[in-house]
Amino acid sequence: MTSLALTRDRIARVRPGPALAALLIAAFLLLFLVVPVVQVIFVAFQDKTTGAFTLVNFADFFGNDLFMRSFANSFYVSAMSVVVASLLALPLAYLTTRFEFRGSVLIQSLGIIPLIMPPFIGAVAMQLLFGRNGSVNLLLRDHFGFSIPFMEGLNGVIFVQSIHYFPFILINLSASLKNIDRAMEESAQNLGCHGFRLFRRIVFPLAMPGYVAGASLVFIKVFDDLGTPLLLNVNDMLAPQAYLRISSIGISDPMGYVISVVLISCSLLALWVSALAMRGKDYATVQRGGGGLAKRRLKPLEMVAAYGIVLLILVLVLAPHVGLGLLSFATIWSFSPVPDAFTLKHYQTVFTESGQYITNTLLYASLAALLDVVIGTAIAYLVLRTKLPGRQWLDYIAMAALAVPGVVLGIGYLRSFYGVPMPFTGQPLSNFWLILVFALAIRRLPYALRACTAALQQVSSSLEEAAENLGATKLRTVSRIVVPLMSGGILAGFVTSFATAAVELSATIMLVHSQSDAPLAYGLYVYMQSAAGRGPGAALGIFAVIIVGLGTYLSHVVIERGRRERGQDQ
Amino acid sequence: MNHQFSPAALAAQIESVGVDIEGVNLSYGTNHVLKDVNLAIKPGEFFAFLGPSGCGKTTLLRLIAGFNTAQRGEVRIGGRDISTLPPHRRDVGMVFQSYALWPHMTVRRNVAFGLEERRVPRAEIERRVDAALDLVGLKHLADRRPSQLSGGQQQRVALARTVVIEPKILLLDEPLSNLDAKLRVQMRQELLSLQRKLGLTTIFVTHDQEEANTICDRIAVMDDGKVQQVGTPQDLYDHPANLFVAGFLGTANVLDGEVRSDGAAGSVFVGNGITPVALPPQEAGGAGAGTGGKLMFRPQNLAIRADGGPPAPGHARLTGVIRHREFLGASIRYAVDVGGQLVQVDAPHQAGDALLSPDAPIILDLAADKARFLRQ
Repeated sequence: MTSLALTRDRIARVRPGPALAALLIAAFLLLFLVVPVVQVIFVAFQDKTTGAFTLVNFADFFGNDLFMRSFANSFYVSAMSVVVASLLALPLAYLTTRFEFRGSVLIQSLGIIPLIMPPFIGAVAMQLLFGRNGSVNLLLRDHFGFSIPFMEGLNGVIFVQSIHYFPFILINLSASLKNIDRAMEESAQNLGCHGFRLFRRIVFPLAMPGYVAGASLVFIKVFDDLGTPLLLNVNDMLAPQAYLRISSIGISDPMGYVISVVLISCSLLALWVSALAMRGKDYATVQRGGGGLAKRRLKPLEMVAAYGIVLLILVLVLAPHVGLGLLSFATIWSFSPVPDAFTLKHYQTVFTESGQYITNTLLYASLAALLDVVIGTAIAYLVLRTKLPGRQWLDYIAMAALAVPGVVLGIGYLRSFYGVPMPFTGQPLSNFWLILVFALAIRRLPYALRACTAALQQVSSSLEEAAENLGATKLRTVSRIVVPLMSGGILAGFVTSFATAAVELSATIMLVHSQSDAPLAYGLYVYMQSAAGRGPGAALGIFAVIIVGLGTYLSHVVIERGRRERGQDQ
Repeated sequence: MNHQFSPAALAAQIESVGVDIEGVNLSYGTNHVLKDVNLAIKPGEFFAFLGPSGCGKTTLLRLIAGFNTAQRGEVRIGGRDISTLPPHRRDVGMVFQSYALWPHMTVRRNVAFGLEERRVPRAEIERRVDAALDLVGLKHLADRRPSQLSGGQQQRVALARTVVIEPKILLLDEPLSNLDAKLRVQMRQELLSLQRKLGLTTIFVTHDQEEANTICDRIAVMDDGKVQQVGTPQDLYDHPANLFVAGFLGTANVLDGEVRSDGAAGSVFVGNGITPVALPPQEAGGAGAGTGGKLMFRPQNLAIRADGGPPAPGHARLTGVIRHREFLGASIRYAVDVGGQLVQVDAPHQAGDALLSPDAPIILDLAADKARFLRQ
């Protein structure tokens, strides 16, 4: 009798393994996400000298012309980027989902190409192609006598950002269009509706949630981005102001913190608005493989127009890549449509002088990605498969990183870890390169976590129960059944984290302490500061594109293979 | 909650029209989906397309609604060829298998949609939407979203949305397949009473013979893109035109054999384990002696003869061995090996009756006039 009671007691108790894992993860998140961010918010409300609570910093912020202009500019640039990105994405999404169109494959690649190059890398190349004295305007002026201010001031940021981020809208909108069951449209036709009315009354409202999701993502990304405005020399925006205050005046200046709080608030606001717009609107209506809207063939003239649009957007999308490629091989490229002559010298320079940027990047990004998938898998498992109290909070906190701009995280790390000396060397902890890895890992964790959660959701818990029923312990079950079945999703999460961490600049730029510890994105920024550095900078950019491109391709291959293996072809 | 359709029907009784389908052939590429389909559906009839999945029944329904195009043949509604009309001008109401209620609109807006498209005055829309919701007993849920309704309620909204436009005909695509078993039985009675009330020519697509049998006036049994037989449920069950129809509607026993001449008396069917069965001339269908074929009969056409006396007049005798048995409550179904072929027999069951045991020999009498001869 007693032995039976003991066994029951043991089963009822929280298992020590998961609890320990949860505690470790909680400690990591607390130390490297919660504490730095809370620190930043705290300092924003603190008097600089006395440390007492005050609103005076915010009064200064809202009373300062430069900051208010930066605020307005950031808002304007983000909103306009959403508009321009929508103009690029809408026709493409409409073409692929409504018509039998061979160019659909082309459009799918259009949805990926921009994402494999972070916008700031292409920014300088875009200046050379579309700037006041860039190739396009030189040709326009010579032949037609006018020029278009693509890259003047804020226009440049909007132009570069919308070309980079429109795939977010394209992907989300296409997905929600594809999720509309054909019967939705047919029943409307059956009741006498057709043509544009059908689109306005049925198709568009059903696709709206996808559009809002994509658009709010674009807004947040642009609002928080530091690299692009910095490289285009547009400093009167919020993120660059925060960086410049901290880097020029120092980490005790409260303005950087106030701006950080404003950045976080706006991110949260955008997320909240999109959540509000999406609430109760799970419109995925596809049932029993009935899939997608009816497609029709294009008439010849429509076909020409369709290809025209797709090719125009393709040219725009490839422009930064082409420009960067040209720049990396150019001897001198100034005031002319194409470079004067070509050389391999820049690649040589990169190899001899700055090989450390590449090796550092590979090291940091792979460590960060590894950390992400380990934590992501653990959180996914704790949330979905254990009854641990408070497990949901691990998910919430990890996801909260979405709303924390890179600059803010960087500032938070500086503030929290600068005063902490390293054991043995006595250097500030914030100078240690591993801190950079943690920052990258925290930034990418939400994406990896979602990938791991999705992968685990695909594994039926009865598969686990079968293993336990046949005598496997919990740990053995997880390692022999769960993780192998999740491996596709985990690998995809790893590669995505790796590829995006490899070109992260916002947090990195705050935390890099010496050239020898710097990753590729930082090196690129340094090179691009001088006219002479542009060539090697471009060559370095090409490496970044190759790393990210390979990573994206690999994750695509992994996901596709996983899908085939699970028999989800089609 | 009101589960019966309210008697307050739509204002105008809809004038019934017939549907004629003539020589329809439809292919998707090399896949010939509908092969020479000819059907005449009478005004006011409740008609079913019945068949296994992939038989072309839904394709035919969607053809009438205008969602696909036949390479040859025509569809006439009330005598008018509609083959070239786009779906939105056909005036045929269709209830989709998934109901296809628009999730971004309330129940009321869903039902009003078709009337708005027809530019009906606002006040009349209100009145007709109320009447239609009343008809299906859901007026109190008018301001809900479809996602807040149960499956059965969604089904009613889909019906109301379709009948409110007073379509010429009503098409129902497997309307009961997404409901649970109990609700399905109830809904089919409600569908029937609604159809009778409106007098609306209705076509019902289903793969469930019980559904078709219980509510439809006539059924077209389809297989492999062809109409196999058209008739009332009783017709099809009692006089199946071929083995497919026999097997698709109910349980069919089939014995191989051939026709032999029986002198002046006419033709007889001869097979293993069964005494010769006299075939009336209309049953033999002019099949000459030596024609191979099958004798088809239902499990209830057989009687177990425990006494072993001579067969009653007009009966043929089968001898075999019981292979297994299933206790069904009201009856017991025995599978009997007759000359190497399995035959199902239903024996009525009363409390206290002893069950026959497997492997026991058994003697059966078949009422010869209930058996059908089917050629290969």
